[in-house]
Amino acid sequence: MRPVEDKKATREIKVVTRVLAVNERMAEQNRRRFAEKRVFVINVMSSPGSGKTTILQKTLERLMPEVRAAVIVGDVATTRDADRLAVTGAPVVQVNTDAFGGDCHLAAHVIEKASDSIDLDALDLLIIENVGNLVCPAEFDIGEDARAVVLSVTEGEDKPVKYPTMFRLCDAALLNKIDLLPHLDYDKAQAIDYIQQVHPGMPVFEISARSGEGLEGWIQWLKGKIRSKINAES
Amino acid sequence: MHEMGIALQIIDIATASIPPGLRSARVERVNLQIGKLAAVVADSLRFCFDIVSKDTALAGAELAIEETPVVARCKDCEARWTIAEPVFTCPGCQGGALEILSGRELDIVSIEIAQEERHETGRG
Repeated sequence: MRPVEDKKATREIKVVTRVLAVNERMAEQNRRRFAEKRVFVINVMSSPGSGKTTILQKTLERLMPEVRAAVIVGDVATTRDADRLAVTGAPVVQVNTDAFGGDCHLAAHVIEKASDSIDLDALDLLIIENVGNLVCPAEFDIGEDARAVVLSVTEGEDKPVKYPTMFRLCDAALLNKIDLLPHLDYDKAQAIDYIQQVHPGMPVFEISARSGEGLEGWIQWLKGKIRSKINAES
Repeated sequence: MHEMGIALQIIDIATASIPPGLRSARVERVNLQIGKLAAVVADSLRFCFDIVSKDTALAGAELAIEETPVVARCKDCEARWTIAEPVFTCPGCQGGALEILSGRELDIVSIEIAQEERHETGRG
């Protein structure tokens, strides 16, 4: 506690509020709504260029039509990712954060609005592709059930220790582009060690979205999560 | 990167916290607690705050930021320690089941308001 400097006669008023309280309340509202509708919501985050959109494309191809899925895609600008995902037949809602101030992340109120245009009753899985950024999205709860982080072998092995908040917060990691390993000096074991150092026990799926290698483990993990949400007592 | 949004939230919360009788008061200081894991850059936050606080009761107010360290507790052996590097395993038992006790805060603790002695100073 700071002693009150009384020269200027100031009065200290206790506030004790989380700065992001408004977002957190909105996220809780989203979470209740998704629980009511028994929709499993996954927030997928990564740095730009790690292959999120291709992974989601391939994921949707394998899950649908058995799993009824929709996607909310956040980008600072353009609808390119949404166009690519729409090919899968899943409903896709594009959110361009520049309409909300060029934000570096998706906030809960954006998800609330975006999910208004999706028929949640006809849905088992809602994938939220966050803005490519390993810092800010970790700070904003959007009402999801689980978080996944994507990194790729064309980035540095030390991403997990550079962005520990992100890697601690996530429930699964996808290490993408492993088909490129023969051409790179990437130390995969070191990267996985770093992930385990920041988040011991987190599942890491080594995949190539391009070739499809390793995707099965990720798909099964997702299916398990979706099943338990559908069967959950709300 | 979203310091501007945070600055705006701080102004909203602080403004709403000024007691009803003191609506014309000026906030001199905002005391914040920000954890090391909160990914907030203090300089950037101050810069944004100075811009967006103009023409509000917080114009010219100081942001006093207390940075809280990352403190963890091991769920297996009850050890408590401060995490200085991004290693989230227990130094005692090497376990990985941790509870983060502090370090993610982004809280407004209090605001300090100038007590007005004279009312008609005719400023502005």
